[in-house]
Amino acid sequence: MSIDRDQNSLQHTHPQVKMAQDELKLLGAWASSFVIRVRMMLEEKGLSYEYIEQDVFNKSELLLKHNPVHKKVPVLIHGDHDICESLVILQYIDEKWSGTGPPFLPIDPYDRAIARFWAVYIDDKLLSSFIGILKAATEEAKAEKIADTHAALEQLEGSFKKCSAGKAFFGGDSIGYLDVTLGSLLGWIKTAERISGAKLLDEAKVPLLVDWAKRFLALDCAKKTIPTVERIEKYARELQATRWKVSTAN
Amino acid sequence: MASEKGVMLLDFWVSPFGQRARIALAEKGVQYEYKEENLTEKSELLLKANPVHKKIPVLIHDGKPVCESLIIVEYINEVWSDKAPLMPSDPYQKAQARFWADFVDKKVYDCGSRLWKLKGEEQQAAKKEMIEILQLLEAQLGDKKYFGGDSFGFVDVAFVPFTSWFYSYETCANFSVEGVAPKIAQWAKRCMERESVAKTLYDPKKVYEFVCFLKKKFGVE
Repeated sequence: MSIDRDQNSLQHTHPQVKMAQDELKLLGAWASSFVIRVRMMLEEKGLSYEYIEQDVFNKSELLLKHNPVHKKVPVLIHGDHDICESLVILQYIDEKWSGTGPPFLPIDPYDRAIARFWAVYIDDKLLSSFIGILKAATEEAKAEKIADTHAALEQLEGSFKKCSAGKAFFGGDSIGYLDVTLGSLLGWIKTAERISGAKLLDEAKVPLLVDWAKRFLALDCAKKTIPTVERIEKYARELQATRWKVSTAN
Repeated sequence: MASEKGVMLLDFWVSPFGQRARIALAEKGVQYEYKEENLTEKSELLLKANPVHKKIPVLIHDGKPVCESLIIVEYINEVWSDKAPLMPSDPYQKAQARFWADFVDKKVYDCGSRLWKLKGEEQQAAKKEMIEILQLLEAQLGDKKYFGGDSFGFVDVAFVPFTSWFYSYETCANFSVEGVAPKIAQWAKRCMERESVAKTLYDPKKVYEFVCFLKKKFGVE
């Protein structure tokens, strides 16, 4: 599936939200997990938007105009408002279209704090670990990053147990903030597994997460937004060779 | 942790992250027990309350821990929602508040640390970056009384603890906050007129003493 040619096919509208909706645009990059999670949420909320692919290594005037501070994707442009930082965007969409579908963040303030905590953990610890596997220059560094990734996933296994309380997703019966935050990384996690040969989503270590991942990837919002592992792998290997200067002997 | 009723804050006196929680609690008029942690010898309670990061601040409310300072501030705001709202109600304004608080989180502490840890060219680079950070924040503040507009808000809480570090930044890197970002300097003074801030922040000279202690510890200079 080629996400970047999907611009027009993503112009579906949901009758109930059409009236409330100003023009929505998303500046993104097909491979970016941060962008993918915003697309998942827009998909779940049934919101139509114009997707504008960006070259993150050759930044456009448009991107610099709408995210002058960080110059990064995703940027959600809603009317004449710019919203940047993926977790900020997710909360914005949840709050702005709170009437559409179940809330993505829990209602109870303590549960919200827990969800926010793990979302930050996913981005700070898990993401840097498995990307670190791909960037590792030596076998030793790679082994360290693999160990870090396992440790982070084990923490998240515990978090899933608590948050899901026996249900299918972090959000309960339906997907929520943490499902989307973690789910958007699955393409890259599988790619890191393929390139490194290491099993990361290991059913022996994180059985609940492995089952959760299967359920999540079967959802429409995942199927429509996560690129194939083949495509990400090709891109990752290009990055390894050109930008990350990692020799890929395998 | 027993399910004891009440609010406890595990903290470290000079931590700007801990101060965010203290200021939010004070704004809301919440009674709480303050527990000073020895960061070189962390207590059982801290390790149990924050097993993932083992860091302060941790807010323990009726036995349940909340970690990460900005998450703690949002929690305090949502639980004690009857007074001093720290977040706007409009989703876009909220998004702006979260974005700029996150900006402070990502940039100020790190860059500030480099100002006193490094020397020579590296320090000059950090100084240039700090000036850019302050000027970006100044542009965001504009002519408003606070980042939150007329009312003291989330970004104000996130950033104000760092104002007691300005003297240290200025002294180590040889520049003036008032010189490069006068509106930020004025905003800092306005914030100090609030009881919650005045009672929480330490004298900048005392913070500088602490920075000198850290410099010695890290073998700087």
